[in-house]
Amino acid sequence: MKAPLSWLKDYVDIDVSAEELQKKLFGCGFEVEELIQIGKDISGVVVGEVTECEPVEGTHLSVCKVDCGEKGTFQICCGADNVKKGVKVPCALIGATVYATAKDHVTVEGVMTIKKGKLRGIESYGMLCSGAELGVNDDLFPGGDYCGLLILPDDCKNGADIKPILGLDDYVFDISVTANRPDCQSIFGMAREIAAVLNKPVKQPDYTYTPVKGKYPEIKITDLAPELCPRYIGHYVTDVKIAPSPRWLKKRLALCGLRSINNIVDITNFILLELGQPMHAFDLRTLAGNEVVIRRAENGEKITTLDGNEFTLGNENLVICDRDKPCALAGVMGGLDSEIKDDTSEVLFEAAKFARDNVRKTARALGQHSDSSALFEKGVNEYTTERAMKRALHLIGKLGCGVVTDAHVDVVTECSHSEEKKMTVSVKKINALLGIDVPVDKIETILKNLNFGVQTHGDEMRLTVPAYREDIDGYPDIAEEVIRFYGYDNIQGTFLPSALITNGGFNDEQKAENKLKDALVSKGLYEISAYSFYSQKDLDMLHLPADCEERKAIRILNPISEDLSIMRTTLAPSMVNVIVRNLRRGNMSGKLFELAKVYIADSLPIKNFPAENQRLCLGMWGKGDFYALKGLVDCVADTFRTKFGYEPAEKPFLHPGMTAKVTCGGKEIGYIGVLAPTVANELALDRQVIIAELDYQTIAENAQAFRYSPIPKFAEVTRDLALVCNLDVTCGAIEKEIYTACKYVTDVSLFDIYVGAQVGNNKKSMAFNITFTPKDEPIEEKIDGFVKKILNNLKAKLDVVMR
Amino acid sequence: MDIQEKIKAIEEQIENALNEIKSSKSLFELRMRFLGKTGEISALMKNMRDLPPEQRPSLGKVLNSLRQWTEEKFDRLEKGIKELELKKKYADEKIDVTIPGHRYPDGAYHPNTLIRNELVSIFAGMGFEIFEGPEIENDYYNFTALNTPKDHPARDMQDTFYLAEDLLLRTQTSAGQIRVMENKKPPIKILSPGKVYRSDDDATHSPMFSQMEGLVVDKGITLCDLKGMLDEFARKIFGESVKTRLRPSYFPFTEPSVEVDVSCFECGGKGCRLCKGTGWIEVLGAGMVNRRVLEGCGIDPDEYTGFAFGMGIERIAMLKYGINNMKLLFEGDTRFLRQFKG
Repeated sequence: MKAPLSWLKDYVDIDVSAEELQKKLFGCGFEVEELIQIGKDISGVVVGEVTECEPVEGTHLSVCKVDCGEKGTFQICCGADNVKKGVKVPCALIGATVYATAKDHVTVEGVMTIKKGKLRGIESYGMLCSGAELGVNDDLFPGGDYCGLLILPDDCKNGADIKPILGLDDYVFDISVTANRPDCQSIFGMAREIAAVLNKPVKQPDYTYTPVKGKYPEIKITDLAPELCPRYIGHYVTDVKIAPSPRWLKKRLALCGLRSINNIVDITNFILLELGQPMHAFDLRTLAGNEVVIRRAENGEKITTLDGNEFTLGNENLVICDRDKPCALAGVMGGLDSEIKDDTSEVLFEAAKFARDNVRKTARALGQHSDSSALFEKGVNEYTTERAMKRALHLIGKLGCGVVTDAHVDVVTECSHSEEKKMTVSVKKINALLGIDVPVDKIETILKNLNFGVQTHGDEMRLTVPAYREDIDGYPDIAEEVIRFYGYDNIQGTFLPSALITNGGFNDEQKAENKLKDALVSKGLYEISAYSFYSQKDLDMLHLPADCEERKAIRILNPISEDLSIMRTTLAPSMVNVIVRNLRRGNMSGKLFELAKVYIADSLPIKNFPAENQRLCLGMWGKGDFYALKGLVDCVADTFRTKFGYEPAEKPFLHPGMTAKVTCGGKEIGYIGVLAPTVANELALDRQVIIAELDYQTIAENAQAFRYSPIPKFAEVTRDLALVCNLDVTCGAIEKEIYTACKYVTDVSLFDIYVGAQVGNNKKSMAFNITFTPKDEPIEEKIDGFVKKILNNLKAKLDVVMR
Repeated sequence: MDIQEKIKAIEEQIENALNEIKSSKSLFELRMRFLGKTGEISALMKNMRDLPPEQRPSLGKVLNSLRQWTEEKFDRLEKGIKELELKKKYADEKIDVTIPGHRYPDGAYHPNTLIRNELVSIFAGMGFEIFEGPEIENDYYNFTALNTPKDHPARDMQDTFYLAEDLLLRTQTSAGQIRVMENKKPPIKILSPGKVYRSDDDATHSPMFSQMEGLVVDKGITLCDLKGMLDEFARKIFGESVKTRLRPSYFPFTEPSVEVDVSCFECGGKGCRLCKGTGWIEVLGAGMVNRRVLEGCGIDPDEYTGFAFGMGIERIAMLKYGINNMKLLFEGDTRFLRQFKG
């Protein structure tokens, strides 16, 4: 919200500097996002009177003598077409700073410092300035838009600083107003807060006007949608003379970034800025039947707003109509037909309160936003609605641009709230919430400064809440008002002296997650965190078919972009993308993991809360092979004191010969595999990539509780067996049969594989180290028998023999 | 040959042989030659049996002293040779200790995990439990129960991703507050970390980020308690000399609401680039839990009060580690990640 200092001063006697005011506003909850110093780039420019002016033969230049009062008289060359003897103009002295303009004399191209110059051999000791060179347009100062010199009034004193004359000594506060304070979305609203923070009275704007009685056409206003328009005030102004606004009005609008249109439109814009009430002015000629009907639009009904855009409306949109047709999109923008024209002579002013959610919905649905809709969306109060109409009528009188009639229609519906709220609060409770003792008289002063009515009876404070403070709801709001002005510096930290002791920390599940991360990090993996959303394209990248489970992803209805449009059903695409990114950046090897959720809906489109399942994804590239990553997957099993099984499997994006499904507790929990060469080629990867993705939840559920088991009384015995089998016999199958054959076997580990002439064609040798653990008696003597049993079993089941 | 001569010859042989000895192996062989069971001195000893008994003691004495002399000789020499040999072994085995050791390189936690764990340990010590709610929420938990009804302009503060009419990606971990308060009666002290989502994407905003929400509800909780707890938090995470400052703000679910700044830990509050010259850095939002929120969860706001605070984990990470672009946290570049080792 923009508030010029000069305008604020109309309502409060501000006797502190702009910077100090900025600090004070910050302290009471209003952050000044930018303190704009008007004319901060302009310096060293004074009023100069051209006392001599001789054209330079053969050029467009004139050589002038310029009287700058006590600063001296200077010879200056000037190329402007309106330079002549006797005019008073801004004169930039040597060392002055002004804006440099482009060839069009309008576009500002930076700031320049005036130096002594020589034009066509004639020395020049300064520069006479245009409006653009000083950052002044017509609205800020008459003649500001002219591309020649800015002509100053004759009564300016020669040598006087130009800045106060042109209004270049002002500040504009760009204030961030929190959503609970729509009453501060205006210059006067901010002035109320400033008055409170400076402990000064606030001066009300002039709301007086004198209606002229007469026989005027009857104006009928019907509100058919009180829930969307609780209050509607219309007032008829006649004998309107459309003309440019006076300078002061233009200037105020300009300081807030609005362009002047004409006196009537400017009045409504002035009220919008000053009081925060959007108003509208209808050309009464265009209102059929002199009638206003406030109603929901019919489905398919059309309106063209005054910016020329046509909209097709629906039942959710509120429209202001005449007898026959919509004339304005309520709270958003007027219609093209009913806008004020140069020959408008009769005006119906509108000041209304529209429901903020409805304005919000309409503005968003139609993509039509305006200063008016922005204010209505934040919330307008009816107290201000009433005031705004009076203020507009006052301005009609002040500008003398029309006759204020006594034709005033105020539709107060059953949804209207304009009465002041009364509430009773306890001083003790306020202080109990704050944790400090703010003296009662301080509380009274603070609230009175904020225009609360205050009556204190012991601990009880009876308050009348200002009608514009719709945010005040209970005693904590009052506590906030108090501490806001009493000062947060008075809050001294305490450490829950009255709270009960609680036991904190991670629960078991969270501890297990941390333990897993510890284990993986200690094995050299880096943890990553990728976005929870990706796109169908990422699934295409992995050749996932259209009907696979991974495609059943929850769609974001309003994604930032298509790239981030569906919720993850698998972590693999993110991992592959991260690895691809690393390789493209020259990070040739690495090991990563991500522990994150996937989101699985029971049906699509999603209706119920989906399952949010934790998944663990491991990725490795550059160094290490399938078995290196498999070792890390087994490390995950170890962390949870469980075991994983592996069986050959296929996945669309993995090498068909180098992929296993991973099982745990008899359940499939994921996969591990080498990225398929087809996928790798498409991604132009020249390093092997290995990926594993596991269902974390199932692993965690299969975690075995730790129990100590007694150390055997007798020593374990180990034996090495070198076996020969067909090439297609797997290590897993042999291990399984070794375990099956002997219950004393507690560990089987492969330590060598050989394929070659020594074992014959189509054969391979695998050597295992087998551990036998005794139970109640020594087993040394039984080992040979065990081995025999194992070999018999292997021979029978897998045709495996001793080497 | 006379026995004395024999002895003399042996002594000479030994003296000569010993001069030639260079290794412990040949020394051992020599020792065996003279002192072994079948060695020359032993042979002389055996020969004594052939002498008349009266001669045996005197000869025995001589032979014993020969044996002793020989053994001493050998021992002395052996000690010297062993020392030399050991020296040579050491010299031969000498390694270049400046060659780098074999490493077992650690991986690294994501910076978010580091900050999250650090925050948890600070607050766990103060009795906070950890609660993680769902990331996909409905309108009630994310907004309505947090005193942000449908038409509320505060909804504009957070651009929301919708999945269905009434399902959305949570915009704040505060949603978890409600789930806790519905199921647990005071005293409540919970910390709720997790991912949140807003439709924002630039250098300082990411459509996904992480928050940590804290909530305390009990009898007699005050704004001063909030300040005290945040002072402790700021000291532990940013350094002992760091102070906090409260200033008024607005959140629908707290009243009063505050923005919390910490004094700049880079410049000590004098003003620098990090704090943009103000001496203060905004780190979190907080406030006293709104009565309507408590009421909605079935907690009597006249009996209990509470406070809540919420902070962005990435923001804390970026401040603490000096990370200048939020995107780095989500890219998974190993050159970034490896810096967080140890």
